Amino acid sequence: MQVTMKVNGEEVVREIEGRLLLVHFLRDHLGLTGTHWGCDTSNCGTCVVWMDGEPVKSCTVLAAMAGGHEVRTVEDLEQNGQLDPVQQGFMECHGLQCGFCTPGMMMTARALLNRDPDPSEREIREAISGQICRCTGYATIVRSIQWAAANEAAAAAEGEVSDAVVTAGSAS
Amino acid sequence: MTTVEDRPAHVFENNDQKPVGHGRMLRKEDPRFLRGKGHYIDDIQLPGMLHMAILRSPVAHARIVSIDTSAAEAHPKVKAVVTGEGLAAQGLAWMPTLSNDVQAVLATDKVRFQGQEVAFVVAEDRYTARDALELIDVEYDILDPVVDARHALDPSAPVIRDDLEGKTDNHCFDWETGDEAATEAVFAAADVVVSQDLVYPRVHPAPMETCGAVADFERIDGKLTLYSTTQAPHAHRTLYAIVAGIPEHKIRVVSPDLGGGFGNKVPIYPGYVCAIVASIVTGKPVKWVEDRSENLISTGFARDYIMRGEIAATKEGKILAIRTNVLADHGAFNGTAAPVKYPAGFFGVFTGSYDIEAAYCKMTAVYTNKAPGGVAYACSFRITEAVYLVERIVDCLAYELKMDPVQLRIKNFIQPEQFPYTTKTGWVYDSGNYEPTMRLAMEIAGYDELRREQAEKRERGELMGIGVSFFTEAVGAGPRKDMDILGLGMADGCELRIHPTGKAVVRLSVQSQGQGHETTFAQIVAEEIGIPPADIDVVHGDTDNTPFGLGTYGSRSTPVSGAAAALVARKVRDKARIIASGMLEVSVADLEWQKGSFNVKGDPSKSVTIQDIAMRAHGAADLPEGIEGGLEAQICYNPDNLTYPFGAYICVVDIDKGTAEVKVRRFIAVDDCGTRINPMIIEGQVHGGLTDGVGMALMEMIAFDEDGNCLGASLMDYLIPTALEVPDWETGFTVTPSPHHPIGAKGVGESATVGSPPAIVNAVVDALKPFGVRHADMPLTPSRVWDAMQGRPTPSF
Repeated sequence: MQVTMKVNGEEVVREIEGRLLLVHFLRDHLGLTGTHWGCDTSNCGTCVVWMDGEPVKSCTVLAAMAGGHEVRTVEDLEQNGQLDPVQQGFMECHGLQCGFCTPGMMMTARALLNRDPDPSEREIREAISGQICRCTGYATIVRSIQWAAANEAAAAAEGEVSDAVVTAGSAS
Repeated sequence: MTTVEDRPAHVFENNDQKPVGHGRMLRKEDPRFLRGKGHYIDDIQLPGMLHMAILRSPVAHARIVSIDTSAAEAHPKVKAVVTGEGLAAQGLAWMPTLSNDVQAVLATDKVRFQGQEVAFVVAEDRYTARDALELIDVEYDILDPVVDARHALDPSAPVIRDDLEGKTDNHCFDWETGDEAATEAVFAAADVVVSQDLVYPRVHPAPMETCGAVADFERIDGKLTLYSTTQAPHAHRTLYAIVAGIPEHKIRVVSPDLGGGFGNKVPIYPGYVCAIVASIVTGKPVKWVEDRSENLISTGFARDYIMRGEIAATKEGKILAIRTNVLADHGAFNGTAAPVKYPAGFFGVFTGSYDIEAAYCKMTAVYTNKAPGGVAYACSFRITEAVYLVERIVDCLAYELKMDPVQLRIKNFIQPEQFPYTTKTGWVYDSGNYEPTMRLAMEIAGYDELRREQAEKRERGELMGIGVSFFTEAVGAGPRKDMDILGLGMADGCELRIHPTGKAVVRLSVQSQGQGHETTFAQIVAEEIGIPPADIDVVHGDTDNTPFGLGTYGSRSTPVSGAAAALVARKVRDKARIIASGMLEVSVADLEWQKGSFNVKGDPSKSVTIQDIAMRAHGAADLPEGIEGGLEAQICYNPDNLTYPFGAYICVVDIDKGTAEVKVRRFIAVDDCGTRINPMIIEGQVHGGLTDGVGMALMEMIAFDEDGNCLGASLMDYLIPTALEVPDWETGFTVTPSPHHPIGAKGVGESATVGSPPAIVNAVVDALKPFGVRHADMPLTPSRVWDAMQGRPTPSF
């Protein structure tokens, strides 16, 4: 069957088997290997991508079901050569070791911060609780997401300040 | 949660001030991982690549009557179907294990555990390969399985290993250490003797990335390139040469980025060998990646020790002797990955951190109808089991003597002036200063305040527990005279080349599974040679491009390969000094080293940088007499001794009286791993191990039913902690360098996995004290805790 979807902003059209999982479509057909596969039972979350802005486990979505939808993967987090604050936070706070769960964790984190720019520690832990990390013990992942939230808040505040300066400048 | 900022200052250290070398530094490997550009085994795509899938036994013990592969072979997209019979024709049906046993690559006569490899299919794509497995028809004659190790030696037990000539029972090996008679004499005269049965259940490392391989055999030049998930690429290459008969120089093993290992990726699994055969048979590259169930049911498990611990002491709490009897379940094949002379790994350190008079251990290992393995999951070669035994039995003694468990430990610590300390089982602890580490943990925890809080809560009928453990590990195997794996001495090579412009490449024999080698090893070399870590490329995981060595497991990387990296840098520096003496026209003795440059003693203005020297070494100008051009060196490091990191852990739990659910409220970990290279990475290693500890103590177990069916075959059944089951970790450190390691570092990769389970179990048991509970077996799930609260013993399986 033919499937058409938007992946990381670009429309893709492919002939696929109806049973093909989205995770294998992304990895094997589109070469987007940043999305990983770690279990057969939707427990580990290494395969988390966005579908229409919401995190989904791509091992539990048929590629055909993503037809007509917008999919976003870890490869799209960096924009115009700038790492997303979530990516920076993971680096700054040692939120990754082997890196295998990291793309899924970051996609969930990005979605969380879009929904709630200032989540509590408990909310962060709940948001990532459908995903497993075997290396970090989670504390540094929590700190990474807090780092991203704090830096985005700081950047937003700075933006407001510079907007205010510009406005003041124009007024004078 | 306490945030980074409002924690006590001693919880964190920050050596950012140091421009080069040791200190907190962000990881060099992160930029690719953050962008989804890691390169793991399943990311490898080669032109014309085929896919392999393995048919596994659905039963634990059965004779194979027949295998019909005709329907699978007839599938239009199937390229090959191979059974054990097919491999036997090539002499490849069996392979040696790392413990001098043999293991079936594909079963020929019998299947001996559920999930054992029976046949493989090679097809055009991964889905078809799986489809075709359904088309293979195997007829089994079901046999009674041996599931409970305690009945493996019953005269009526079916013999599992009838492939071994003359084998009439399920006995695997016996092992003992210490002095039986001296220990018995101390026990006979002691005021107090406490005995406790303990089970360390079978658990599984379950790295997020399962095991896999891509085999690419080039028929024309006879060269095999094997990409595989291996923590020990060089050792694997040698073993493939022996097993498959391919000359070693025609084998290249590449270990790409590994999505975690924890020991799971040390053994050679049948799947790797099958992938090699598949590539040879089809003439194409062949990929095999196991699924999660395959990983959990067939690859290296860990633990599975049934132990009796006994401790003898004076009534004042001076520990006199420790004795243990162990029944070890090794599964269907002895696949333990441990030095050959150490069939029980380093379990001999079960005397712990205490100065005692006598010790003895007797162990019997048996075969059962379960997956092979035995040493995996960050256990430092069975030290997890040893530390659990001693730290649990010491708590049982404290319970009987009505002593505070911390005070009992402090009273019995080996004292700093006793190091190097030879234990009663012959291990030479290199350095230690235990009491300050214990005291720091108590200070961070607010131990006395916690005890007061607990007393108040007990008054109100609430269940709060405080658990303590103090561990000493033995990591960094060799020395090679004592330690080898199938004859390969446990040493590690390292090569360092300084390029003409002063940039460098360092090549390692060890392989990272997430530990951050690309950063840590650049820092080790930077500290010694004065080139910034950013200018040092770390190459690892490719046997064609790195020197020989035994790989990463048992926390070996820093103690062995880290020493090699420091020493090779010093060797290069020695040559650089001679070249510098020529450049500055002074004698070598008149030069002094400032990190990154040599200057004339007493005249710092006359100096040359390591970069200047590198260019001179490769340039056209004269070099001092007898000095060859170039600036590089290679060494092979053979450690003098193991290193002995230690630590003090305190766990605080609350138990819901109504549901018996255990909540780990706080966990304080103070580690001493000697010299600290990158504190950020060390903290990460500790955090991960603590989470393993919560998993093992409270959640994880590979259980079997009476027919030998694995009940932990998926992540729905084998429970691993998520962010909700673990607290924010509180860490601290002390520094007691190793006297024999070139930079004093000891290794920390497994410390927390080793040290945390007893702290958590001790905390749970402490919380249950009002119920008269002295012990309960892991994993302490709500149902087990409930049983303990009702006075029922916890089930062992």
